[in-house]
Amino acid sequence: MTKPLLQVEGLKKYFPIRSGVLAKQSGYVKAVDNVSFHVNEGETLGIVGESGCGKSTTGRMLMRLLEPTEGKVTFDGKELTSISSTEMRKARREIQMVFQDPYASLNPRHTVEKILMEPLIVHNIGNAKSRKKKVHEFLEIVGLSSYHAKRYPHQFSGGQRQRIGIARALMTNPKLIIADEPVSALDVSIQAQVLNLMQDLQKELKLTYIFIAHDLGVVRHISDRVGVMYLGRMAELATSESLYEEPLHPYTKALLSAVPVPDPEHKREQIILEGDIPSPSNPPSGCTFHTRCPFRMEACTSIVPKLEEVKPGHFVACHLYNEQVQH
Amino acid sequence: MTQMVPNSTKEIVIQTDPSTGPWRDAWRSFSKNKVALVGAGIVLFFLLLAILGPYIAPQGINDQSLKDRLLPPSSQYWFGTDDFGRDIFSRIIHGARISLWVGFSSVVGSVVAGSILGIIAGYYGKWVDTIISRIFDIMLAFPSILLAIAVVSVLGPSLQNALIAIAIINIPNFGRLIRSKVLSIKEEEYITSAKAIGMKDVRILFSHILPNSMAPVIVAGTLAIASAIIEAAALGFLGLGAQAPAPEWGKMLADARVVLRNAPWTMIFPGIAIMLTVLGFNLMGDGLRDALDPRMKN
Repeated sequence: MTKPLLQVEGLKKYFPIRSGVLAKQSGYVKAVDNVSFHVNEGETLGIVGESGCGKSTTGRMLMRLLEPTEGKVTFDGKELTSISSTEMRKARREIQMVFQDPYASLNPRHTVEKILMEPLIVHNIGNAKSRKKKVHEFLEIVGLSSYHAKRYPHQFSGGQRQRIGIARALMTNPKLIIADEPVSALDVSIQAQVLNLMQDLQKELKLTYIFIAHDLGVVRHISDRVGVMYLGRMAELATSESLYEEPLHPYTKALLSAVPVPDPEHKREQIILEGDIPSPSNPPSGCTFHTRCPFRMEACTSIVPKLEEVKPGHFVACHLYNEQVQH
Repeated sequence: MTQMVPNSTKEIVIQTDPSTGPWRDAWRSFSKNKVALVGAGIVLFFLLLAILGPYIAPQGINDQSLKDRLLPPSSQYWFGTDDFGRDIFSRIIHGARISLWVGFSSVVGSVVAGSILGIIAGYYGKWVDTIISRIFDIMLAFPSILLAIAVVSVLGPSLQNALIAIAIINIPNFGRLIRSKVLSIKEEEYITSAKAIGMKDVRILFSHILPNSMAPVIVAGTLAIASAIIEAAALGFLGLGAQAPAPEWGKMLADARVVLRNAPWTMIFPGIAIMLTVLGFNLMGDGLRDALDPRMKN
């Protein structure tokens, strides 16, 4: 249970900014900057953050859909960042992805059967007959019926399409599923259904999830541990309970205070952050959050805080919890 | 008193036609478009003429009857006769075969070549794209008929070479069309998801990107057949395409020039044949555009 299935070390993605007639490189967008974490077998790691914080980029780099600029990704003892692209393609059998937009992630010209069969054909699993059987089996597993196999994606609702997307990710019996905002395009009532389905599948098929989302409630519901990202860096990483009950990083506190509480009588202290997210092409020096942080100190403007374990299992990248910097 | 009926626990299954694929939808919308159907009808008519030509035509294409030179339309010669006493009606029927053959095969040629170049340019991008796109730009900088004349003068005047020339001048049109389509489709999430599954580039290109970029190509292809027919006729008219005595419509127009004042029917009927075929393909192409373009869907 505690064996790390995926280990990420110092992952970076810098997108070059090119300008001018000759496309001279004039800078970088630091989409992901030195992110490290691990995922244990059978657990769900949630990654939250606002738009543009690099959470999707991180997810895509884990599968090498985007090549990392720097860093090491080790999956099940195999270093994914150093293998050839052919080997990586084969390794994708073990890591699958569920996408955000169920309307865009299914080829509109293929029937559901073809969509679900494709992973099996690509990885050369089984023969025509057994593939067909498996397609029908997985349609039932995700709560659809086998007679849906002959239909096209446009004949389904958003929630049903996302179930197809999940079924497709499951076809090759992967160990790890990276879910990139799998429910943010769905209605709230459907969100719950899809989340419950994902949890049931996790138990049944012993899956490990990396769950990327911007909805804190959703992440809390499904995750064992949660990482909070801000401007390409991991700000805080802790177990779900300890992060939600006792957030340490000022950014996490602000985020959590913004979660609506379904009680009109409830008086809450809302931390309103001033300003906008700074541009990732020109991030603030030191701690990237210092421009908006209510607890800003001298050190924050110059020294980049490291992600450190301040309590067992609770990591935070903030100088407030680092006594050496404070004094 | 009405009694409440307990909710049935059975799942409500809404039966939709299980096989409503994108092509079937397109056909449904196409078949509702009357103008397009007229166009398709005209095309079908000329297609039948081309196939059944030798069986329908009352006379052979080269049967000369010198006593019947330049006769006006009559019950014996429906469209009159030409300079050599040949039956214009029979020649037009045979000419359908030539025009449609040139139209179809040149467009198929330029679609195949254009698709391959366009896909490579669009999918791989970078310097490959730059080279291919600039070549397209250079070709598009010339008026197409001028380029065709240049190609034919290099290869020598014949129907075959006119066909090749027309195919070549249309390559950049299809190439650019496919390239732009590939550029937009490769950013779609189902392409990313295909990569995430572990699919090879070749499979992504041919099983996902190509089928999804075909709709505008079919439309442009249908319309291009019309212009290819005109171009073939123009080359024939200039003496660079089909050579005498082939009953090519453009060539017939050119031959009619000399006797136009005395026998206008020698020009009118081939002219009408060209016009009708082109009209048919254009109407059908417009109908296909409406049927295949998702933005037109309501």
